[in-house]
Amino acid sequence: MDRIPILRMGNFLLVTIQVDLYDRLALNLESDLVQMVSKTGARGVLIDISALSIVDSFMGRIIGNIGSMSKIMDAETVVVGMQPAVAITLIELGLELKGVSTALNVEKGMELLRSKIGSFEDFEEEEHDDHRPE
Amino acid sequence: MIIVLSKDTLVIQKEQDVVPFRNRIKEYAVKIGMGLVNQTKLITAASELVRNMLRYGGGGTTIIEVVSKGRENGIRLTFQDKGPGIKDIQQAMKDGFSTGKSLGLGLPGARRLVNEFDIKSVVGKGTTVIVTKWKNG
Repeated sequence: MDRIPILRMGNFLLVTIQVDLYDRLALNLESDLVQMVSKTGARGVLIDISALSIVDSFMGRIIGNIGSMSKIMDAETVVVGMQPAVAITLIELGLELKGVSTALNVEKGMELLRSKIGSFEDFEEEEHDDHRPE
Repeated sequence: MIIVLSKDTLVIQKEQDVVPFRNRIKEYAVKIGMGLVNQTKLITAASELVRNMLRYGGGGTTIIEVVSKGRENGIRLTFQDKGPGIKDIQQAMKDGFSTGKSLGLGLPGARRLVNEFDIKSVVGKGTTVIVTKWKNG
Protein backbone atom coordinates (compact mmCIF):
# COMPACT_ATOMS: atom_id res chain seq x y z
CA MET A 1 0.00 0.00 0.00
CA ASP A 2 1.17 3.53 -0.79
CA ARG A 3 2.58 5.60 2.05
CA ILE A 4 3.84 9.13 2.55
CA PRO A 5 7.38 9.02 4.00
CA ILE A 6 8.02 10.64 7.37
CA LEU A 7 11.56 11.88 8.02
CA ARG A 8 13.04 12.35 11.45
CA MET A 9 15.36 15.27 12.09
CA GLY A 10 16.40 15.63 15.72
CA ASN A 11 13.31 16.52 17.70
CA PHE A 12 11.23 17.03 14.59
CA LEU A 13 9.32 14.93 12.13
CA LEU A 14 9.18 16.20 8.56
CA VAL A 15 6.54 15.28 6.03
CA THR A 16 6.59 16.51 2.46
CA ILE A 17 3.45 15.60 0.58
CA GLN A 18 4.50 15.30 -3.06
CA VAL A 19 1.49 13.63 -4.58
CA ASP A 20 -2.20 14.44 -4.63
CA LEU A 21 -3.73 12.35 -1.91
CA TYR A 22 -6.72 10.10 -2.06
CA ASP A 23 -8.55 9.57 1.21
CA ARG A 24 -6.97 6.32 2.35
CA LEU A 25 -3.48 7.73 1.85
CA ALA A 26 -4.35 10.74 4.00
CA LEU A 27 -5.78 8.52 6.72
CA ASN A 28 -2.63 6.38 6.70
CA LEU A 29 -0.51 9.48 7.05
CA GLU A 30 -2.56 10.56 10.05
CA SER A 31 -2.09 7.28 11.92
CA ASP A 32 1.55 6.85 10.85
CA LEU A 33 2.40 10.33 12.11
CA VAL A 34 0.80 9.88 15.51
CA GLN A 35 2.58 6.57 15.94
CA MET A 36 5.89 8.11 14.90
CA VAL A 37 5.41 10.91 17.45
CA SER A 38 4.86 8.32 20.14
CA LYS A 39 7.76 6.11 19.03
CA THR A 40 10.37 8.84 18.60
CA GLY A 41 9.20 11.29 21.26
CA ALA A 42 9.31 14.04 18.64
CA ARG A 43 8.35 17.49 19.89
CA GLY A 44 7.45 19.01 16.55
CA VAL A 45 5.81 17.99 13.28
CA LEU A 46 6.31 19.97 10.07
CA ILE A 47 4.04 19.24 7.13
CA ASP A 48 4.93 20.72 3.75
CA ILE A 49 1.88 20.95 1.47
CA SER A 50 3.43 23.16 -1.21
CA ALA A 51 2.97 20.44 -3.84
CA LEU A 52 -0.71 19.94 -3.06
CA SER A 53 -2.86 21.51 -5.76
CA ILE A 54 -6.06 21.14 -3.76
CA VAL A 55 -7.08 20.72 -0.12
CA ASP A 56 -10.71 19.70 0.23
CA SER A 57 -12.78 19.31 3.39
CA PHE A 58 -11.52 15.78 3.99
CA MET A 59 -7.86 16.70 3.68
CA GLY A 60 -8.50 19.79 5.79
CA ARG A 61 -10.01 17.66 8.49
CA ILE A 62 -7.01 15.30 8.40
CA ILE A 63 -4.64 18.25 8.79
CA GLY A 64 -6.67 19.49 11.75
CA ASN A 65 -6.73 16.00 13.26
CA ILE A 66 -2.96 15.61 12.97
CA GLY A 67 -2.55 18.93 14.79
CA SER A 68 -4.91 17.98 17.63
CA MET A 69 -3.59 14.45 17.99
CA SER A 70 0.04 15.59 18.06
CA LYS A 71 -0.88 18.23 20.62
CA ILE A 72 -2.23 15.55 22.95
CA MET A 73 1.02 13.65 22.39
CA ASP A 74 2.96 16.77 23.42
CA ALA A 75 4.14 17.72 19.92
CA GLU A 76 3.47 20.93 17.98
CA THR A 77 2.39 20.87 14.33
CA VAL A 78 3.12 23.50 11.71
CA VAL A 79 1.74 23.33 8.16
CA VAL A 80 3.86 25.15 5.58
CA GLY A 81 3.79 26.13 1.92
CA MET A 82 0.08 26.42 1.20
CA GLN A 83 -0.53 27.76 -2.29
CA PRO A 84 -2.52 31.02 -2.52
CA ALA A 85 -5.24 29.43 -4.69
CA VAL A 86 -5.63 26.69 -2.11
CA ALA A 87 -6.01 29.22 0.71
CA ILE A 88 -8.68 31.15 -1.25
CA THR A 89 -10.57 27.94 -1.97
CA LEU A 90 -10.39 26.68 1.62
CA ILE A 91 -11.99 29.81 3.03
CA GLU A 92 -14.72 29.86 0.40
CA LEU A 93 -15.37 26.20 1.11
CA GLY A 94 -15.89 27.16 4.74
CA LEU A 95 -12.81 25.57 6.25
CA GLU A 96 -10.74 27.91 8.37
CA LEU A 97 -8.23 25.38 9.72
CA LYS A 98 -8.63 26.81 13.19
CA GLY A 99 -6.09 25.52 15.65
CA VAL A 100 -3.54 24.69 12.97
CA SER A 101 -0.31 26.70 12.99
CA THR A 102 0.92 27.68 9.56
CA ALA A 103 4.01 29.28 8.09
CA LEU A 104 4.84 30.52 4.61
CA ASN A 105 7.74 28.16 3.93
CA VAL A 106 9.81 25.38 5.49
CA GLU A 107 12.41 27.77 6.89
CA LYS A 108 9.84 29.93 8.68
CA GLY A 109 8.02 26.80 9.77
CA MET A 110 11.13 25.43 11.44
CA GLU A 111 11.67 28.75 13.19
CA LEU A 112 8.10 28.72 14.45
CA LEU A 113 8.43 25.14 15.68
CA ARG A 114 11.64 25.92 17.52
CA SER A 115 10.13 28.94 19.22
CA LYS A 116 7.04 26.92 20.14
CA ILE A 117 8.94 24.18 21.90
CA GLY A 118 11.70 26.45 23.16
CA SER A 119 14.52 24.34 21.81
CA PHE A 120 16.60 27.48 21.26
CA GLU A 121 17.88 27.03 24.80
CA ASP A 122 19.28 23.63 23.91
CA PHE A 123 21.13 25.08 20.95
CA GLU A 124 22.60 27.87 23.01
CA GLU A 125 23.80 25.45 25.63
CA GLU A 126 25.54 23.40 22.98
CA GLU A 127 27.25 26.48 21.68
CA HIS A 128 28.49 27.38 25.13
CA ASP A 129 29.90 23.91 25.49
CA ASP A 130 31.88 24.30 22.29
CA HIS A 131 33.45 27.56 23.37
CA ARG A 132 34.31 26.50 26.88
CA PRO A 133 38.02 27.10 27.51
CA GLU A 134 40.08 23.94 27.92
CA MET B 1 -28.08 28.84 -24.76
CA ILE B 2 -25.43 26.37 -23.74
CA ILE B 3 -23.46 24.50 -26.40
CA VAL B 4 -21.45 21.40 -25.52
CA LEU B 5 -18.02 21.49 -27.17
CA SER B 6 -16.64 18.22 -25.85
CA LYS B 7 -17.73 15.42 -23.60
CA ASP B 8 -15.83 12.85 -21.58
CA THR B 9 -17.28 10.14 -19.37
CA LEU B 10 -15.46 8.50 -16.47
CA VAL B 11 -16.68 5.75 -14.18
CA ILE B 12 -15.68 6.18 -10.53
CA GLN B 13 -15.76 3.03 -8.45
CA LYS B 14 -12.94 3.38 -5.95
CA GLU B 15 -10.95 6.08 -4.16
CA GLN B 16 -7.97 5.61 -6.46
CA ASP B 17 -10.12 6.73 -9.42
CA VAL B 18 -10.49 10.17 -7.87
CA VAL B 19 -6.97 11.52 -8.54
CA PRO B 20 -7.03 10.71 -12.32
CA PHE B 21 -10.53 12.24 -12.45
CA ARG B 22 -9.25 15.46 -10.86
CA ASN B 23 -6.33 15.51 -13.28
CA ARG B 24 -8.66 15.13 -16.24
CA ILE B 25 -10.72 18.13 -15.09
CA LYS B 26 -7.49 20.09 -14.73
CA GLU B 27 -6.49 19.25 -18.31
CA TYR B 28 -9.78 20.59 -19.68
CA ALA B 29 -9.70 23.66 -17.44
CA VAL B 30 -6.18 24.49 -18.65
CA LYS B 31 -7.25 23.91 -22.25
CA ILE B 32 -9.97 26.57 -22.07
CA GLY B 33 -7.60 28.97 -20.27
CA MET B 34 -9.25 28.97 -16.86
CA GLY B 35 -7.19 30.78 -14.22
CA LEU B 36 -5.47 28.93 -11.39
CA VAL B 37 -7.86 30.08 -8.64
CA ASN B 38 -10.96 29.05 -10.58
CA GLN B 39 -9.31 25.75 -11.52
CA THR B 40 -8.57 25.07 -7.87
CA LYS B 41 -12.13 25.95 -6.85
CA LEU B 42 -13.61 23.70 -9.53
CA ILE B 43 -11.36 20.75 -8.72
CA THR B 44 -11.97 21.12 -4.99
CA ALA B 45 -15.75 21.17 -5.56
CA ALA B 46 -15.40 18.11 -7.80
CA SER B 47 -13.39 16.36 -5.12
CA GLU B 48 -16.15 16.93 -2.56
CA LEU B 49 -18.88 15.75 -4.91
CA VAL B 50 -17.04 12.68 -6.11
CA ARG B 51 -16.34 11.69 -2.50
CA ASN B 52 -20.07 11.95 -1.70
CA MET B 53 -20.80 9.82 -4.73
CA LEU B 54 -18.36 7.15 -3.55
CA ARG B 55 -19.32 7.23 0.10
CA TYR B 56 -23.08 7.49 -0.09
CA GLY B 57 -23.85 6.35 -3.62
CA GLY B 58 -21.34 3.51 -3.88
CA GLY B 59 -19.64 5.08 -6.90
CA GLY B 60 -21.13 6.19 -10.18
CA THR B 61 -20.52 7.95 -13.45
CA THR B 62 -19.02 11.38 -14.00
CA ILE B 63 -19.22 13.47 -17.14
CA ILE B 64 -16.77 16.28 -17.91
CA GLU B 65 -17.98 18.70 -20.58
CA VAL B 66 -16.54 21.82 -22.10
CA VAL B 67 -19.50 24.13 -22.59
CA SER B 68 -19.98 27.51 -24.17
CA LYS B 69 -22.58 30.20 -23.51
CA GLY B 70 -22.22 33.23 -25.71
CA ARG B 71 -18.61 34.27 -25.42
CA GLU B 72 -18.02 32.51 -22.13
CA ASN B 73 -16.51 29.04 -21.96
CA GLY B 74 -16.72 26.80 -18.96
CA ILE B 75 -16.57 23.30 -17.56
CA ARG B 76 -19.70 21.38 -16.66
CA LEU B 77 -19.44 18.33 -14.44
CA THR B 78 -22.12 15.71 -13.86
CA PHE B 79 -22.05 13.24 -10.97
CA GLN B 80 -24.54 10.44 -11.27
CA ASP B 81 -25.02 7.61 -8.79
CA LYS B 82 -27.59 4.91 -8.25
CA GLY B 83 -27.36 5.04 -4.48
CA PRO B 84 -30.09 5.41 -1.84
CA GLY B 85 -30.75 9.05 -2.72
CA ILE B 86 -31.13 12.02 -0.37
CA LYS B 87 -34.35 12.33 1.64
CA ASP B 88 -34.11 15.99 2.50
CA ILE B 89 -32.00 17.96 0.04
CA GLN B 90 -32.47 21.26 1.88
CA GLN B 91 -31.03 19.73 5.01
CA ALA B 92 -28.16 18.14 3.06
CA MET B 93 -27.30 21.54 1.60
CA LYS B 94 -26.89 23.11 5.05
CA ASP B 95 -23.44 23.81 6.45
CA GLY B 96 -22.44 21.34 9.11
CA PHE B 97 -25.07 18.71 8.37
CA SER B 98 -23.76 15.21 7.82
CA THR B 99 -25.18 11.72 8.11
CA GLY B 100 -21.61 10.43 8.01
CA LYS B 101 -18.83 11.48 10.32
CA SER B 102 -17.56 14.32 8.14
CA LEU B 103 -17.62 18.08 8.68
CA GLY B 104 -20.75 18.48 6.56
CA LEU B 105 -19.09 20.96 4.22
CA GLY B 106 -19.15 18.85 1.06
CA LEU B 107 -22.40 19.88 -0.65
CA PRO B 108 -22.77 23.46 0.64
CA GLY B 109 -19.03 24.08 0.18
CA ALA B 110 -19.08 22.75 -3.37
CA ARG B 111 -22.03 25.00 -4.18
CA ARG B 112 -20.08 28.05 -3.04
CA LEU B 113 -17.11 27.12 -5.23
CA VAL B 114 -18.96 26.87 -8.56
CA ASN B 115 -21.21 29.21 -10.56
CA GLU B 116 -24.12 26.90 -11.22
CA PHE B 117 -25.24 24.06 -9.02
CA ASP B 118 -28.09 21.67 -9.56
CA ILE B 119 -28.98 18.64 -7.47
CA LYS B 120 -31.71 16.10 -8.08
CA SER B 121 -32.31 13.08 -5.96
CA VAL B 122 -34.91 10.34 -5.86
CA VAL B 123 -34.98 8.14 -2.78
CA GLY B 124 -34.18 4.58 -3.76
CA LYS B 125 -33.09 5.60 -7.27
CA GLY B 126 -30.03 7.78 -6.90
CA THR B 127 -28.63 11.28 -6.99
CA THR B 128 -27.42 13.52 -9.82
CA VAL B 129 -25.42 16.68 -9.23
CA ILE B 130 -24.54 19.02 -12.12
CA VAL B 131 -22.17 21.94 -11.60
CA THR B 132 -20.74 24.53 -13.97
CA LYS B 133 -17.76 26.78 -13.53
CA TRP B 134 -17.26 29.53 -16.09
CA LYS B 135 -13.76 30.41 -17.17
CA ASN B 136 -14.07 33.89 -15.70
CA GLY B 137 -16.81 33.05 -13.22
